[in-house]
Amino acid sequence: MKIVSALLTVVGGIGAALAVYWVLNKIAELLPSRWEERIKPLFYILPAFIAVAVYLVYPAIQTVINSFQDSTSTTFVGLDNYKSLLSSHSFQQTLINTLLWIIIVPVVTVVMGLIVATLADRLKPGAEKLSKTLIFMPMAISMVGAATVWRFVYAANPAGQNQIGILNAIWTKFGADPVAWLQQSTFHLNSLLLMVVLLWAQVGFSMVLLSAAIKGVPADTLEAARIDGANERQTFFQVVIPQIKGTIITVFITVVIGVMKIFDIVYVLTNGNFNTNVVGNEFFNQLNTNFNNGAAAAIVVLLMLAVVPIMFYQVRHFRAEEANA
Amino acid sequence: MTSTQATVATAPASAEAKTRRKKATSFDPNPAKAGWLTKLVIVFICLVWLLPTIGTFVTSFRTVDESNNTGWWTVLGGLGNLTLDNYKEAWTGAHFNTAYVNSFAIALPATFIPILIAAFAAYAFTFMEFRGRDALFLGIVAMLVVPNYVAIVPMLKIYASLGMNGTFPAVWLAHIGFGMSLAIYILRNYMATLPKTIIESAKIDGASHFQTFYRLVLPMSVPALASFAIFQFLWVWNDLLMALVFIGPGENEPVTIALTHLRGQLGQGWNLTTAGGFLSMLVPIAVFLALQRYFVRGMTAGAVKG
Repeated sequence: MKIVSALLTVVGGIGAALAVYWVLNKIAELLPSRWEERIKPLFYILPAFIAVAVYLVYPAIQTVINSFQDSTSTTFVGLDNYKSLLSSHSFQQTLINTLLWIIIVPVVTVVMGLIVATLADRLKPGAEKLSKTLIFMPMAISMVGAATVWRFVYAANPAGQNQIGILNAIWTKFGADPVAWLQQSTFHLNSLLLMVVLLWAQVGFSMVLLSAAIKGVPADTLEAARIDGANERQTFFQVVIPQIKGTIITVFITVVIGVMKIFDIVYVLTNGNFNTNVVGNEFFNQLNTNFNNGAAAAIVVLLMLAVVPIMFYQVRHFRAEEANA
Repeated sequence: MTSTQATVATAPASAEAKTRRKKATSFDPNPAKAGWLTKLVIVFICLVWLLPTIGTFVTSFRTVDESNNTGWWTVLGGLGNLTLDNYKEAWTGAHFNTAYVNSFAIALPATFIPILIAAFAAYAFTFMEFRGRDALFLGIVAMLVVPNYVAIVPMLKIYASLGMNGTFPAVWLAHIGFGMSLAIYILRNYMATLPKTIIESAKIDGASHFQTFYRLVLPMSVPALASFAIFQFLWVWNDLLMALVFIGPGENEPVTIALTHLRGQLGQGWNLTTAGGFLSMLVPIAVFLALQRYFVRGMTAGAVKG
């Protein structure tokens, strides 16, 4: 029964989408041809613009308004949401944690991606493909799945019992007591362990992009450097790196944006406890646990402000590229 | 994988990459051969990468007692009692069966519909002349990085007044909105590389825009369509936040939510959690392995070559 009703919904939804275009096209064809030429482009882009307007533009405006209102969005409270968020100790910690993610994860993702790409590039084609596939595969699975896999790695049994988490199994082999890893907030150890999960999922992405860029570096520049007496390391840092700078920046920015919104991993592994909270998880808790629309909206506005510089970069970069093309 | 990840991946493309490729006269895939140290490091990294997944996989076939009391690596010394019960339990007991149906019911339309909409828009942006075209497209590019969290509170209210919360169309439409700018961006950039002369000669032969789009441009854009489709499908299938917010736990919940029910409940063993985890990964991994070529090509085409 479930399958049938789900199938009907799916077919209905896709059918409706197709019907929209069929109708729009028919309407355009009924018009006099002078009008048809003018109206058609608008009809073609109209659904796309409605989608973007309804799901991004309107909500962005509405969210800004909500952030100045109380928890049920009924009365205006000025800057109260921002004030109480920014003055609360726990939210400051949340911001610090998020900042740690933003600083550490993109850098490590790029560096590890570079290392793996460079090393794998030297293997035989079969071995290269296999190792890359293995490292890339976690990218396909969900963050919830990745978090589940890693929760098992970090699992801890009381001292004296067999350890079933592999990290504690190795740790206790050296005679130490088992550690509840995800509860260790000293030096943000648990946050770092959460970051490992994201790195596991993302290094493959960085590796694939960087590897393609490295392969695109013209061989004659490498040869020239070697003939001039540069060793492998000099060649890498002074010839390869400058030529793949664009890709490095791309990977970096992509990961930064993803990290700013990190939610699933923290939600599943600690739900922000033990001082591991991040902005994305705090947003969800304000919304779903505290039912505080005002605070949730204020968090999103802060996030949007943080993204604005990247948006300008994006638009500028696109323009430069179009000008070159 | 998140949508913005893909987003920016495609965005800052480099024009110099194009010229660079032309310059690369002699292409040597192995400029330097791997020494034993390189091989050792790669093998080590691969092992570290694989180990968590292997542990999950092995544990999902073990019994409650064994999985809770001995490490999964002990199977190296003897397999013990292996069982398929965990999968049976997760499939029916933890309702992964309906969750699977739900995930497909969410992911298929949420992949197909945005592609349809974006393809029309990308066609208009590439092959049609109208006022404000470039400004509108720039607006789309700017929207690429807007965090989709913005949509949650306002859309929940709208959905509530329409009685749509908890329904499939509620998530479809959200994913359509969020995926749209990336889809248009990828497809438009790809269509811009198609030979203009073919499209013009079709026009001269009297083909309408609709025919040109349907008969010529769509078939020629298959690689770009495929790579976006894979991105979007995996993103929607793997999404937890939008599913939690717009559908929530219950009869319409997808696999990602079903999996969160299996975490850390007392009396539940790791055997069940790992089986659920593995069930949730099956489809994305299958899609990834089968269509890896398109996936990688789309990613590199977007990010490196533009």
